[in-house]
Amino acid sequence: MENENLSVWTSVPFWRRSAAWVTGFASMLLIWLTFDSVGQITMGNDADLQQSAKEKRVVKRVPGPTVINYTIGYEMSAKRGHEVPTIGAKQLFFGKEWSEEEAADLLHLGKLTSQAKNCMNCHTLLGNGAYYAPDLTKSWLDPAWQAGGPLQGMTGKSTVEEAMAEFLQHPSQYPTHARMMPNLGITADEAKGLVAFLKHMSSIDTNGFPRNFSKTVEQFKRGGSNAH
Amino acid sequence: MLTSIKTNSFEGNKSRELAMMYFRVAIILFGAQLLMGLIAAIQFIVPGFLFELFDFSVARMVHINALVVWMLYAMIGSVYYLMPDETGVETVHIGLGKLAFWILTAAVTVVVLVYILVQVGPGTESTIWLINEGREYLEAPRWADIGIVVVVLVFYWNVFTTFMKGRRTGIMMVLVADLMALAGLYLAGMFFTDNISMDQYWWWWVIHLWVEATWEVFVGALAAYALIKLLNAKREIVEMWLWIEVLMLFGSGILGLGHHYFWIGTPEYWWEIGALFSALEPVPLVAMFVHVLYDWGKEQGAAKARGEKGAVAKNTPAMGWIVMNAFGNFLGAGIWGFFHTLPQVNIYTHGTQFTAAHGHLAFFGAYATILIGMMYIGIQGAYGTERMKSNFKSKMALILISFGVMGMTVALTVAGYEQVLIERAELGAGWNAFFTAQEMPWYIQAQLWRTIMGVVTFVGFVYLVWDLLTIGKKAQQEAV
Repeated sequence: MENENLSVWTSVPFWRRSAAWVTGFASMLLIWLTFDSVGQITMGNDADLQQSAKEKRVVKRVPGPTVINYTIGYEMSAKRGHEVPTIGAKQLFFGKEWSEEEAADLLHLGKLTSQAKNCMNCHTLLGNGAYYAPDLTKSWLDPAWQAGGPLQGMTGKSTVEEAMAEFLQHPSQYPTHARMMPNLGITADEAKGLVAFLKHMSSIDTNGFPRNFSKTVEQFKRGGSNAH
Repeated sequence: MLTSIKTNSFEGNKSRELAMMYFRVAIILFGAQLLMGLIAAIQFIVPGFLFELFDFSVARMVHINALVVWMLYAMIGSVYYLMPDETGVETVHIGLGKLAFWILTAAVTVVVLVYILVQVGPGTESTIWLINEGREYLEAPRWADIGIVVVVLVFYWNVFTTFMKGRRTGIMMVLVADLMALAGLYLAGMFFTDNISMDQYWWWWVIHLWVEATWEVFVGALAAYALIKLLNAKREIVEMWLWIEVLMLFGSGILGLGHHYFWIGTPEYWWEIGALFSALEPVPLVAMFVHVLYDWGKEQGAAKARGEKGAVAKNTPAMGWIVMNAFGNFLGAGIWGFFHTLPQVNIYTHGTQFTAAHGHLAFFGAYATILIGMMYIGIQGAYGTERMKSNFKSKMALILISFGVMGMTVALTVAGYEQVLIERAELGAGWNAFFTAQEMPWYIQAQLWRTIMGVVTFVGFVYLVWDLLTIGKKAQQEAV
């Protein structure tokens, strides 16, 4: 067929060249888009956060580590048609305000621990991982961990971060369901790091995922289905 | 399969002996994958099963790692097997290839033992270097990553030099280009960052650009080889189709990567790009399905016209698995992928059992099938028989494994629906929403059916191993 070449549609060289061009074009487009995306998801800094708090919106899609010093919300945006994270007033984290360097170190420890303890092979992070345990994307904002919530209540702690850290260190002491989290030997420092990692993750602009998260909050306020 | 280690009919063809070594490890790891899957499935129904001894996270990690690694073994084996046919020369650095095989196998053994015995480590860099990296699919610790890169480079060097020395067919050309991309992409997953969005951005470069681009093209090349080998299909036509498939697979698959960038912190423009290109991803899979069935029917018809009786395929179990590949790839990767690829749907399905349903049928349909087919081709070569016919065991293996995986997929899809409607749409995600959905009777039933179908798959696997061990000798006896 290569020799006769009666029609371009049955010509091997034609399809070979087309395959090469299409592949090349798609790859170039992906690389170009990657430059843009990587720029947009690079972590912000403390100045961005101060601006975010003032304008009550997230300036950087992935805020800097000092986001742990702020109140984080997740609210419906009429403009974007879905919920978006918000940065609110300053809030102590484990009883103190963290400097840029301290916050970065804590987040580093938390992210490392999340990998070392293999969180992703039970939970999902940003919706990716395994489906054996709840998604952790917005777990920091989960009403069950807030004051009056059953998870905070069972640990006997008075803040979200302390309750989460306590649970992470002794998960099988606080069974919530027949399916429990195993004890992974998480230390007090590692637990703090993990909570910082979770708080940071909840401030990432995920284009509205998980959708209707605020329904969980409303339902919880109504007394919801936490009874069982 | 085992009896052919020393007494094979390869007539000194070292490349094919090496291929069989890879196939043997692949089938063992396939068995490990299924066992781990069964443990994880049981844990969904009986949560206390092996709790704090061998937790779900460990079973699941070994389950998916064994999957990836057995497929890589079978892929490398397939290339070593087909190279002498395609290039017309013996593989150039066969000693180096064997050394790489032993290094890889030793490394895999150590990694798996550490996964099983050590499981997790403290939150330090050394855990990531020595125990596990904790990133789904890419859990292999960094030392093993480096080892894998070295071994893959040796393999690639072998393929490249053999290609340069021998005949340069279209199939080899596609493989040489595709394997380079496949190996290079692994590097995108080999760094640590505190930024989870950045982490997942590059993580998907490896996962997606492997399974939805380079691996698919690899399968296209294997199917092309198998059609020529099993049916005597005309090379010009097969290779023309192959280039069209490459065009469509890369044309849709590379930017189809966007469907993983909907919700990880990346900008909104990925909604449109991801939706458009990933919606096109099933198109080449339809083309591959049509191509395989068309060639099969055409050659069978031509054989009948020549007055030949019986199947035209010289290796009917291999042909069975390759047809199952054409169908399973389209159904598992194409249809089940398209189900939830649009962002409007995916915002609810992302991170539910829907993804697991798709994953099971796609990995099986697109990859497991054709790689098993290649093992049958390998066995036929090792025993040097002109024909190899399916027997009861081969048929039971094909039917039970396919039915089992399809059953698991349907069960997980039902579980996924349950989660989407209850956990996501009705309750809006969160800890409580998750467990409410998990405790729904229909969800629990679905998990029960998944486990039953997992057992069916495993019984099929037992038949498969039994058949692989015996079919060669049987074919040899029948030929005499």
